Amino acid sequence: MATIPADHETFNAHHDDAHGHDHKPAFFQRWFMSTNHKDIGTLYLIFAIIAGIIGGGVSGIMRAELAHPGIQYLGWWTHFLGGNDQDFNATLHMWNVLITAHGLIMVFFMVMPALIGGFGNWFVPLMIGAPDMAFPRMNNISFWLTVAGFCSLMMSAFMPGGTGMGAGTGWTVYAPLSTSGSVGPAVDFAIFSLHLAGAGSILGAINFITTIFNMRAPGMTLHKMPLFVWSMLVTAFLLLLSLPVLAAAITMLLTDRNFGTTFFNAAGGGDPVLYQHLFWFFGHPEVYIMILPGFGIISQIISTFSKKPVFGYLGMAYAMVAIGAVGFIVWAHHMYTTGLDVNTKMYFTAATMVIAVPTGIKIFSWIATMWGGSLEFKSPMVWAIGFIFLFTLGGVTGVVLANGGIDDNVQDTYYVVAHFHYVLSLGAVTALFAGFYYWFPKMSGRMHSELLAHIHFWIFFIGVNLIFFPMHFLGVQGMPRRYPDYAPAFEYWNTIATNGYVVMAFSMLIFFINIAYSLVAGKKAVGNYWGEGATTLEWTLSSPPPFHQFETLPVIEDAHAH
Amino acid sequence: MSLSQTARHLGHAIRTFSLAAMLAFAPQAMAAAAPASAAAAPAVAAPVEAAAVSAAPAAAASEASATAAVDKGSYVPMKPTAGKGQPVAGGYTFQDQYSDTGREALAMHNYLLMPVITVITLFVLFLLLIVIVRFRRGANPVASKTSHNTMIEIIWTVIPVLILVVIAVPSIRLLAHQYTPAPKGALTVKAMGYQWYWGYTYPDNGGFEVISNILPDAEAIKRGEQPQLAADNRMVVPVGEPIRMQTTGSDVIHAFAVPSLWFKLDAVPGRINEKVLFIKEPGVYYGQCSELCGARHGYMPIVVEALPRAKFEEWVKTQGGTVGPAAATTTAAAPAKTAPSA
Repeated sequence: MATIPADHETFNAHHDDAHGHDHKPAFFQRWFMSTNHKDIGTLYLIFAIIAGIIGGGVSGIMRAELAHPGIQYLGWWTHFLGGNDQDFNATLHMWNVLITAHGLIMVFFMVMPALIGGFGNWFVPLMIGAPDMAFPRMNNISFWLTVAGFCSLMMSAFMPGGTGMGAGTGWTVYAPLSTSGSVGPAVDFAIFSLHLAGAGSILGAINFITTIFNMRAPGMTLHKMPLFVWSMLVTAFLLLLSLPVLAAAITMLLTDRNFGTTFFNAAGGGDPVLYQHLFWFFGHPEVYIMILPGFGIISQIISTFSKKPVFGYLGMAYAMVAIGAVGFIVWAHHMYTTGLDVNTKMYFTAATMVIAVPTGIKIFSWIATMWGGSLEFKSPMVWAIGFIFLFTLGGVTGVVLANGGIDDNVQDTYYVVAHFHYVLSLGAVTALFAGFYYWFPKMSGRMHSELLAHIHFWIFFIGVNLIFFPMHFLGVQGMPRRYPDYAPAFEYWNTIATNGYVVMAFSMLIFFINIAYSLVAGKKAVGNYWGEGATTLEWTLSSPPPFHQFETLPVIEDAHAH
Repeated sequence: MSLSQTARHLGHAIRTFSLAAMLAFAPQAMAAAAPASAAAAPAVAAPVEAAAVSAAPAAAASEASATAAVDKGSYVPMKPTAGKGQPVAGGYTFQDQYSDTGREALAMHNYLLMPVITVITLFVLFLLLIVIVRFRRGANPVASKTSHNTMIEIIWTVIPVLILVVIAVPSIRLLAHQYTPAPKGALTVKAMGYQWYWGYTYPDNGGFEVISNILPDAEAIKRGEQPQLAADNRMVVPVGEPIRMQTTGSDVIHAFAVPSLWFKLDAVPGRINEKVLFIKEPGVYYGQCSELCGARHGYMPIVVEALPRAKFEEWVKTQGGTVGPAAATTTAAAPAKTAPSA
């Protein structure tokens, strides 16, 4: 790992020289035509928070509807969004619009922009000692393409989508429901939103790869990069290799819908299952795209608050590379019930279980990093330890689901919903909050309230477990996903899950109060407010860092030379 | 399990793989044979027509009885048994299983997977609690500088691999058992998913189709069934014999799923999926469509009623179907290459 000179203020020195380089552009130019990686990172974070409020609000509507059997609120929401609430099909279609919107927003417009666009943009250049990203203007278009994609998705809610208003295809957009099954422009707009967001992400991935390969400070070899940078490098490669496949698949959907092709229509020689293969060839790497940056953040935090270097650094870095590589050859475990050949199911069962090995290496290495350390339970550390436990819980149900013969019963039930929310909503999002509390004072220059951050953690932890743990029970009992109504036998756990949502929502209120408090009245943050454990380059800078940093490149000493 | 058993299972598995590969060609053979019988409806999607059909699908079932024999048969829908073949309030385990492969899968989950994942999770929790207590700043003010230990890194790589191998062996065996093709002469039932109801065709019994719609909640309660799970017409099958279950979709993808039989198979327009269904006990077994198929995805339940062979045949007659060897010889939907009984 990289070590830095003892004098932490070395690289701040020049920013006080006032040669004009810290003169910020005017408001419009700064925030709408930005080429500064930190400003673009901030824009991404603000965007992700807005999208997260919408996507989280949608899940609130869904949990309210599912609290008890029967259709309670869907008619109201259908009416509210301009649909025909007298038509039962249109009302039920509204449900499918909600699940679709929740999935697409959370994946493409909350988790990815926050982890990759937000923290990636902010801290990859800082951690490798670079003045900015390699292609600052491309960085800007990446962000605005994402915003345009979000607008396209929001617009789709107000257009006819077959049986009702909006795209009700699920985030997976399976054909033929998304082609012949959804007449009207809503699905076209939803697909176009994926094109835009995907193009933005591909450009972002190119930017990260170029930056990491070419702009590291002198002495920072690949094997000295902080693990967060490693995680972003692997993530960028996954994006670069998987997103074009999604783009191809959804373009074929568009031509099937509008130009008479039959890629996914058996009547014309196509195959609906082909779409699923293409989608999941992207979709499985996508779930690692969402979690790998979280792995990187957790590694930094555990190391910082244990006051120890990460245990088994090379193993940690190459475990991420292994997860990324194996992630490309396990896609059909999402398709065990589609009628795959039994040999194919056996292969994907075995390949999928292999992923547990590098993931286990990461879990044990984090614990080994803490072992022998001097642990300080600041808010990011508490969130990170929570992450390790929750991610383990989500990971082990993945081992259950990996078995094709077991999956036959739980495929498309709430067991799957519980599994992927444990690794994403409780994994990736917990890592997001850990990273947020870790770096928020660095980005804003103001300390947050540690007390509120701890309270946020505990209430959030209780809330999300109340929401998602009972879903395992619903799943094994056979409750299918994507249902607006259910048999009375499923009511017990559904009511508990909805109560859990209320608890979780309350914790989010504390989060926003904390942000508001720190921006208004927070104590000014020093350069390295976490102390001796924080050893990466961003802690050598002021909080917030100067508008342009590292105009004199830092030199990384060889840790082994001591 | 002994080594010789493992070897036998492996040999068995390899044999079933090749059969499965042959079966992959069966749908084409069936498509070619389709004109010979009105029973095998074309599997290709026709979404526009389906929308029209959905207006009054319930009437279709009784119309197949044009050539019915004098014996009209008899059938009274079976009352479901509480807690059997359906979810129970507040339940937190898998539903009881009523098929051999279902019991094998449930045993693998309960006695292998659950213990393994519980132990792993508790082990990680235990380690976390230890480091939190032992290495908090108050207890350990000076951090060690240890950051490598090759031996422990090898251990935590190799042990998970061994655990996964232990899981993989029964997992692969389970798949081989689940996908052993139905024997020659097994009854064929074809489930066709429509937006938004099911149609069950019996090609071996004259090719009639039973249309199955969801019952209104009040009617379901009146009949002693759970709302959302009950259907007006059930898929009736004989108990205690392997059934060649085929699924296909008429418009979009649906999925035929019955949790208490450990059965789930997508109904994809333009292809016929096939898997053996074996029910050990008479009873009513509930399931629901398990692939998002549009607005009323949550409103197309699956109800399977398993009856002794004689009663099943009585039911077939009420539907205007035919029973006996004569019916079987006219079948068009049996795969061209049937598997020898396993």
